[in-house]
Amino acid sequence: MLNKLPPVVVHLLAALGCLVLLVLLTFATDPFTNLRIATVGYYLIAVAGLALLTGFNGQVSLGHGAFMFIGAYTVALLVKRVPAFPIWADLLLATAAGGVAGLLAGAAAARLRGPYLAGATLALAVGLPAVTQRFPDLLAGSNGLSFTVNSQPAGLRSIPSTQWQAWIVWLAVLLALVVLANLARGKLGRTLRAVRDDEVAASLAGVHVGRTKILAFLVSSACGGLAGGLQAFLLGTAAPGSFTVALSLSLLAALVLGGLGSLWGALWGAIALVYFQVWTDDIAEMLSLRNDISDNLPLALYGVVLIVIVLAFPAGIQGGLRKLWVRVRRPVPSQRGEAS
Amino acid sequence: MRSSRSAIAIALASALVLAACGGAGETPANSGGAQNGEPAPGVTDTEVVIGTHQPLTGPAAPGYSKISVGSRAVYDYINDGGGINGRKITYKVEDDAYNPTKTVEVVKKLVLEEKIFAMVGGLGTSTHSKVLDYLTTEGVPDLLVSSGALMWDSPQKHPNTFGYQVDYTREGKVQGQYIKDNFAGKKVGLLMQNDDIGTDSQKGLDQFIKDQVVDRKTYDPANTDVTPQISALQASGAEVLVCECIPAFAALTILTSLKIGYKPQLVVSSIGADPATLTGLVEQFARQGGTQVSGGALLTGIIGTRYLPSVRGADDPWTSFFKEIHAKYIPQEAFTDTLVYGMVMAYTFAQALKAAGRDLTRQKIMDAMSSGELKGPGLTPFGFGKDSHAGYTGALVFQLAADGSVKTLQEAKVTDRESGEVKSYSEKRLTPQDVKLVG
Repeated sequence: MLNKLPPVVVHLLAALGCLVLLVLLTFATDPFTNLRIATVGYYLIAVAGLALLTGFNGQVSLGHGAFMFIGAYTVALLVKRVPAFPIWADLLLATAAGGVAGLLAGAAAARLRGPYLAGATLALAVGLPAVTQRFPDLLAGSNGLSFTVNSQPAGLRSIPSTQWQAWIVWLAVLLALVVLANLARGKLGRTLRAVRDDEVAASLAGVHVGRTKILAFLVSSACGGLAGGLQAFLLGTAAPGSFTVALSLSLLAALVLGGLGSLWGALWGAIALVYFQVWTDDIAEMLSLRNDISDNLPLALYGVVLIVIVLAFPAGIQGGLRKLWVRVRRPVPSQRGEAS
Repeated sequence: MRSSRSAIAIALASALVLAACGGAGETPANSGGAQNGEPAPGVTDTEVVIGTHQPLTGPAAPGYSKISVGSRAVYDYINDGGGINGRKITYKVEDDAYNPTKTVEVVKKLVLEEKIFAMVGGLGTSTHSKVLDYLTTEGVPDLLVSSGALMWDSPQKHPNTFGYQVDYTREGKVQGQYIKDNFAGKKVGLLMQNDDIGTDSQKGLDQFIKDQVVDRKTYDPANTDVTPQISALQASGAEVLVCECIPAFAALTILTSLKIGYKPQLVVSSIGADPATLTGLVEQFARQGGTQVSGGALLTGIIGTRYLPSVRGADDPWTSFFKEIHAKYIPQEAFTDTLVYGMVMAYTFAQALKAAGRDLTRQKIMDAMSSGELKGPGLTPFGFGKDSHAGYTGALVFQLAADGSVKTLQEAKVTDRESGEVKSYSEKRLTPQDVKLVG
């Protein structure tokens, strides 16, 4: 029956189901876990945007942290300077700001490919946070901005604030994912893949290659902007120290870990980003090693796991799961042979 | 058609839900406040849980990652002696990598998950400023913040927050006056971290040496290349270079000056002037760059300020006291001023905890902090009182000698954060015997 509905309705129903599940999950967990759930949410949309760009369209971006930076500062400035705007308007504007920045970056990027594109986007991640130094009065230099976001309606004040924040984050993330899923399934998704696989063939088939690449950048960076905006909303801060090159690289690493070319991969990647840190911290604490070792162990373990997964499942966690699923679904050939 | 209509309907519905939220920047009518009367979180009959956020990795880790190591040794010493008022101190250290986003996350973890009684010595201005409002709203005592920014000293706005180290303005005044008196007429260059460290310390320095300063440059802690700044300062002809830097950047300044052949009289503020840490960093950075240098020789002649006893000061009773704890609990760590910084902080917190009494509440520890009774290892008194939450109120000036010892150039002087004079201070310091906590 589901197959007969148009994809947008299926996606919306799925998103609604996910939201209900998540709301239930936030009731079942403590306020701090709610914060982690929300953190997974904003990383998810950032990685999903990157999945569209890198996985579907084949453009590598080492600078997605820069779009998160733009989104976070947009929300921060709006909350501080235009206090009357409700948070959803702030988030929409953060998404738009990320999109506009992506449009500009994409216009330049459409002429580049491979390592040159990676280098150009890397420059964005390195350079953009320095803007805060240029305008210390507006952007508060390297100290960054801190603020308190008022979003909880008076009637819901009894709910812990982190739980409420988790709802808002996931509502925004799921809406954005519905848009992404539709784009990926529709005409744009096909042209993105066509351009990724063979630019010449795509252009012969009537696809405007440059425009498609810019469009991919726009959608992807809008997701980055939203992710940054949600982070600012969640944590009440926007500071250049949070948007280092390491952030951009870890987003890409999470995408590779989760699995390129699928929005599900983005989910596994986002969960890994948040929970690997938690687990490795616990392990480091359990082992009671020397300080210099235990302080750096989480990062080292993350690297090891990344290498192991890429070696064992080149298509990431999602690829591994799909392989497993196929094996479970299809009877083993030799058994079939015995039966006949 | 049907699909787009339902999409619009759902989008509108969610927009309506969100519209009910009011302006994001507006303050709701009654936000939560400190909970009085309830039993304090993190306190049981036998234990009190405290937490902190520290840069164990990342740009500020070289040097600063040892602060919590020193603190932990003192807590271990106190716990082995039976604890304070019958309670052992459990010390939770979270790594924020000097990244404000992570600071917010780990502080929420400490408050919500670990249920800490108090935050002790959260490190960094850009980091800790992001959790100030949160800690105030949650009513968590926020004691001995490890940063010299002025914002910790605002009892009206942040009644729970107390400073620790001398603030950058007071220290800038002590530095400025010393330079004015001893390097009169010399050209002065400033290199500062581009946050409160820079702005606050200039407020102090400029009261004395505004007309001597020929150039001001800032660095960003995320960018470890300071060659452009040092070259510009060299070109400006500055003979005295004041470095308001964290240890890693004080070390980079020393190495970069050496590389480009610039030999100013270096004046380093207390946050970066720990000789042992600095020696280690200079040698380590040089090794990473492929050269071998003698840190001791490079550091000779540097002028620094401090407000705590030095590990190289021979006959300080507190230094010997902490050295004993060091030898017993963390003999594998180098005994540095940075380690002592953490040890003094832990000891000071334990003193406040003792003064707060057995019947412990969050309000009582804050009353103990602001009683003005806290006197301990520092070289100057704390500024704590009803209307002031400022930490140490002055500093002494010292110089590094070629044999690695430190020579006091000017005894500790105290001042205020405004334009009051910098004056000598002569009250007798208490000894470890006077404020014995355990044993």
